[in-house]
Amino acid sequence: MVLEVKKPRPMWEILFSTHHTDVGLLYVYLSLTAFIIGGALAIAIRTELFLPGDAINIIPDSNTFHRIFTVHGTNMLFLWLIPFASGIGNYLIPIMVRYKDMAWPKLNAVAFWMIPVGMALIWLGFADTTWNAYPPYSIIRAPGPAAEMWIFGLKILGISSILGAINFIVTILRMKHPDLPLMKTSLFVWSTLVTSLMIIVAIPTFAAALIMLYTDRLGVSGFFNPAMGGDPIAYQHLFWFTFHPEVYIFLIPAVGMMYELIPKFSRKPIFSYQSGVAAFVLLAIVGFASWAHHMYATGMSFTEKTVFMVGTLAAVPASAMHVFNWIATMWGGRIKFAAPMSFAVGGLVLFFYAGAGGIVNTAMPLDFLTHDSYWVVGHFHLFVMGLVTFAFIGFIYYMFPFITGRMYSERAAMVQFWLMFVGVSMIFLTQHVLGLYGQPRRVFDYVPVQPLIIMNQISTVGAWITAAGAAIFVWNLIKSTVSGKPAKMDDPFAIGEQYYDYTRREPHH
Amino acid sequence: MGHATIEWVYVGVVIAILVYVGADAWNIERLLEHAPEDAETIKVTGAQWVWTFEYEDGTREIGKLHLVKGQPYRFEITSVDVIHSFNIPDFAIMMDAVPGRINTIWLVPDQSGEYLIQCREYCGLSHYQMRGTLIVEEPSGEEGEANITSAAVEAPSKGATAVAS
Ligand code: HEM
Ligand SMILES: [Cu+2]
Ligand SMILES: [Cu+2]
Repeated sequence: MVLEVKKPRPMWEILFSTHHTDVGLLYVYLSLTAFIIGGALAIAIRTELFLPGDAINIIPDSNTFHRIFTVHGTNMLFLWLIPFASGIGNYLIPIMVRYKDMAWPKLNAVAFWMIPVGMALIWLGFADTTWNAYPPYSIIRAPGPAAEMWIFGLKILGISSILGAINFIVTILRMKHPDLPLMKTSLFVWSTLVTSLMIIVAIPTFAAALIMLYTDRLGVSGFFNPAMGGDPIAYQHLFWFTFHPEVYIFLIPAVGMMYELIPKFSRKPIFSYQSGVAAFVLLAIVGFASWAHHMYATGMSFTEKTVFMVGTLAAVPASAMHVFNWIATMWGGRIKFAAPMSFAVGGLVLFFYAGAGGIVNTAMPLDFLTHDSYWVVGHFHLFVMGLVTFAFIGFIYYMFPFITGRMYSERAAMVQFWLMFVGVSMIFLTQHVLGLYGQPRRVFDYVPVQPLIIMNQISTVGAWITAAGAAIFVWNLIKSTVSGKPAKMDDPFAIGEQYYDYTRREPHH
Repeated sequence: MGHATIEWVYVGVVIAILVYVGADAWNIERLLEHAPEDAETIKVTGAQWVWTFEYEDGTREIGKLHLVKGQPYRFEITSVDVIHSFNIPDFAIMMDAVPGRINTIWLVPDQSGEYLIQCREYCGLSHYQMRGTLIVEEPSGEEGEANITSAAVEAPSKGATAVAS
């Protein structure tokens, strides 16, 4: 492994670069920014709910509150989870498949630069439609131009994802080094391949729905507007046909990262590579058979509900196989709990809770208790904030020395880990209880009774603790980039493992 | 390798649990599908941001729903503007109110008292305040206020019983 002396490069050179490592880093910086500012919105929401009534007034009115949770959700899913995964993919895939760059570097840069545009539309518009934008609300009541800006913002982000996905698929399948069979590539490569294929199948449906939503808003069509003979439930089918698979699109790259971290820090090979591949492929296929489990309460027939329940349950073994694979890999390993591994294991624990809760949602009669209550908020946050964000943070620490040439502060990272693990558990496990008590989601206020107040307060304190962890995270990244100890580049974590040539930078053409 | 065997056993156990959950859910949901024959039909209409109830005899109430303990009811739920969701948490009643559609759900209230009715689907400005009260009365001849004393004791606000049970 050749040690390259890091010279700071001028900013414009990185900004206008089409090199995969630069574009990858741009993705990472942008998504980390989104994570922090989107997180600030979440803290505002939780703080407002610390007490019922007017006792706390950091969010002045319900409309502002609705706008805040809409932008929070949209931002976290489409500007944190998706771009971060693309960023790491950009950085690593060419290295892992041994090609000099992505297949189409310019297209790659274009896909990236669409994201700030979408981001600006979403943040400047500040819509109040919720991230689901269900009609008829989103067509007959939601104020413009915010709703239009949301629609165009998502449209642009969707196209960006599709372009990025095409690039990944071609890079992996066509540009892969001829000596490297697909079944010898890293599981992270598989995760990116599978995610990209899912994006291409899933997203066009929602892209079409967005156009219909827009023309409905203009009043020239009435696809989803009952006043014009349309059907709002049709939108929900189109929406969830994209977004149930999309939840796996959020999940799978994080799973791929866990497959990089867990064997390394357990100093053992993966328990079963084949099982990992099989679980990815299985999830990608079966994940398309369950979308309407979000719609049990829209008035579906018993048969429809049954079909989608079976489809949802059928996707569970794949996730369970990943968990098994990780635990079996750690079993009997000499585990080193450096920050990347701690976040991976913490994510694994939260993943388990989340999956168990998901099975409860799936059982038809129980879903009528959990649906649209705080339970659902707890459920999916255990995935997106628990497993996925934990895996991402672990991976940031893992890549940190290779990207900056310096070491982050392990002490600060471990303090951050414990704050976040405790905080996230407090926020989202209690939200399950809130849901069972009957607190609806997306409410600016709740009934002032003792059990609700207590649970909301635990949840809010958890949010503050998590925020403290996030502050340490940002501080650690900035401080260590500037003045961290130089990393031992051949084995920064002192685990005696082989690494990919992460510092490689092939000249362009 | 003994590798694969352990994993197959594990996957088998997971599938067995899922089959059990699925079969049980199917069985229960099947029983919940059809309202009893003699149920009284009540039309429930959601509008930003109130619930309106129309009884079989044509009388209407806004924000209040009076039922009799032990009687079966069938709700026909719809909306006049955006999607709402008709929810009585204490009786696990929950069904979307969708404009242009009529969804049905049924209930036999088995306890008298006052209970919270709320909207569970985001519907705009006052979604969080789209609440109502379900009043379940004892079936005996005398009607009205006299029968709800037991619940009123610990129900100072209309939502107070939401989490009490
Ligand atoms: C074991 C696997 C899973 C099962 C069985 C499952 C099941 C469900 C079900 C049935 C719902 C509908 C709940 C309701 O609204 O009534 C739901 C909601 C949701 N799930 Fe999952 N899920 C699983 C994994 C995931 C993953 C991996 C993610 C994301 C990374 C995720 C994200 C979400 C989101 C975002 C929602 C709520 C969407 C909304 O209404 O805003 N789920 N899940
Ligand atoms: Cu889903
Ligand atoms: Cu509502």
